[in-house]
Amino acid sequence: MLKIENLHASVEDKNILKGINLEVKPGEVHAIMGPNGSGKSTLSSVIAGKEEYEVTDGKIYFEGEDIEELAAEERAHKGIFLSFQYPVEIPGVSVTNFIKTAINESRKAKGLEDMPAKDMLKLIREKSEMLEIDRKFLSRSLNEGFSGGEKKRNEIFQMAMLEPKLAILDETDSGLDIDALRIVANGVNKLKSKDNAVVVITHYQRLLDYIVPDFVHVLHNGRIVKSGGKELAHELEEKGYDWIKEEANA
Amino acid sequence: MDLKDKLVSSFLAFENKVDVDTFVHNVRSEAIKIFEEKGFPTKKEEAWKYTSLNKLLKEDYSVFPKQENAIDYKDVKKYFIHEIDTYHVVFIDGKYSSHLSNTTHDGIDVCLMSSALTNPKYRLIIENHFNKAATTDSLPSLNTAFSQEGVYVHIPKNKIADKPIQFINFSTGNESATLLQPRNLIVAEENAHVQIIERHQSLTENPVLTNSVTEIFTKKRAIVDYYKIQNDAENASLIDNTFIKQQRESIASVHTFAFGGKLIRNNLNFFQEGERIDSILKGVTILGDKQHVDHNTLVHHIEPNCESHQDYKGIFGDSSTGVFNGKIIVEKEAQKTNAFQANNNILISDKASINTKPQLEIFADDVKCSHGCTIGQLDESALFYMQSRGIPKKEAKALLMYAFSNNVLSSVKIPELKQRITKIIANKLGVNIGFDL
Repeated sequence: MLKIENLHASVEDKNILKGINLEVKPGEVHAIMGPNGSGKSTLSSVIAGKEEYEVTDGKIYFEGEDIEELAAEERAHKGIFLSFQYPVEIPGVSVTNFIKTAINESRKAKGLEDMPAKDMLKLIREKSEMLEIDRKFLSRSLNEGFSGGEKKRNEIFQMAMLEPKLAILDETDSGLDIDALRIVANGVNKLKSKDNAVVVITHYQRLLDYIVPDFVHVLHNGRIVKSGGKELAHELEEKGYDWIKEEANA
Repeated sequence: MDLKDKLVSSFLAFENKVDVDTFVHNVRSEAIKIFEEKGFPTKKEEAWKYTSLNKLLKEDYSVFPKQENAIDYKDVKKYFIHEIDTYHVVFIDGKYSSHLSNTTHDGIDVCLMSSALTNPKYRLIIENHFNKAATTDSLPSLNTAFSQEGVYVHIPKNKIADKPIQFINFSTGNESATLLQPRNLIVAEENAHVQIIERHQSLTENPVLTNSVTEIFTKKRAIVDYYKIQNDAENASLIDNTFIKQQRESIASVHTFAFGGKLIRNNLNFFQEGERIDSILKGVTILGDKQHVDHNTLVHHIEPNCESHQDYKGIFGDSSTGVFNGKIIVEKEAQKTNAFQANNNILISDKASINTKPQLEIFADDVKCSHGCTIGQLDESALFYMQSRGIPKKEAKALLMYAFSNNVLSSVKIPELKQRITKIIANKLGVNIGFDL
């Protein structure tokens, strides 16, 4: 589904990604861990198509197609979803209307009519109940004045509505208390199928107790320096990142 | 001959056509003298520092359009808020169009200024109100000198106008260039309520300059809501002079939607002559090309315990330019005044510019006055966020801009009008999304 080959990327002439190789197949859950500044968020932004990041070398294929030239919205239309580490506040646009616009723009791109209002309402009700989101919350301005936990829950709500093929969860656990973490993780697990894939980007292992990865990769200084199964995450939790750095630098 | 001389000399011709032995004509004669003395404003005047009329004044305007031009309703229907029942008073090149209009004398008066000025039935109201709110600045004086046609609205005590009233001024430009000077008078007596929508629409590529004066009187506890749609053709310019005198406990609101035209100058003046008055001034400006809009507001707090709320949003693209000059005067007696002013702007092009200037003159010591102006750009991180959810950049920008102006739009009390304005905005931003926020 997602294939990254020798990816180099820079922002403002600063090289951040220095040769990433990664393959994610349908049905898989990958975790990308690493210390602060290792390039985790850059990797997710580059996959999602943030313009400020320049791919200087390498390729990103999504379902066999080179997506380098595609705008962020076109990648979204193909089924790539990025849950933001810091969701942006958009005053004046309610959660409901934002998601309605997003869904209908995606449908428009596929040559479909707008989703009938009745179906939309039903879908919103279903997904918000799954994530235990209060109805009142949906009429508030997007992310404006939301707590950290509310913002993250709202990201997963949008993911549930958009049903992406590939979901990249960038530090979704930060700012969540344990109850919210459980709700969010349950939501993600319910959305999982053999046809879609999840990439969890996280500093800590605790989210991985709930969203169990098939593969764990450790990112350091712009490269994946170690890959393994879920036990690698536990090892990192116990030993920290220093041994990885030492190994990488050796 | 320059335009000023041409106008002053055509006053003599004008006098031949009207009844000169009247109260109103005395006012006109005074006004032409003032205009002759002051002339057109220039950039040397503080209030006109950022807006030059020079180019506009070089046109050879026809001052009294000669022939009457007919328009088919079907051709201009789109300029009416036709989804709802309204009274409407329509002028074509300054002349009343009876077949496009729907006036009334049933309980309230919605009719022509020309008949109100001559009919003895209205003499007292005219004498007590005509030119009593307008200031003696040069452009209002010019309008006063030639005041003859426009809309007259009188809502008696305790009456609520049963439907909104539309004022529509079309110009057909059969003459090469046209100068129009509509004159409107609105009197809402005690506890009366009326909603008004005003629009100027050029149907020609020839230059049109409109110098309009509207005087509004809100008596005790009256409510007047006034909406101005300024979305004119690219060669049409508008100088709007609106004066509102409010008595105690009245509420007056003016929403100005400035989306089109070559040059727009809005001189909007509120005078609070009683206690517990609320004045509301709101505006959304969305400009492109080389358009220019200048909002020049004045709120004069004269008595205690009154409020004023100003909220102007501006979005400027291409090489457009904007001016916001908001003056608030709080007199010594006007204690416990609450005066708020906000002017927020987004520049979406490197060549666009905005000059914004709050001007507060406060002589009372127990007041709450706040003002704030911001100039910014569209938030790039918000755009990426929206794109990453599948909303294309153009639509994402439009959505952000719409959201930016939404708190002004949300106070429009006529739903069909709000819908229309939303459509104009979507059109202006080149997108086809519902903006159902």
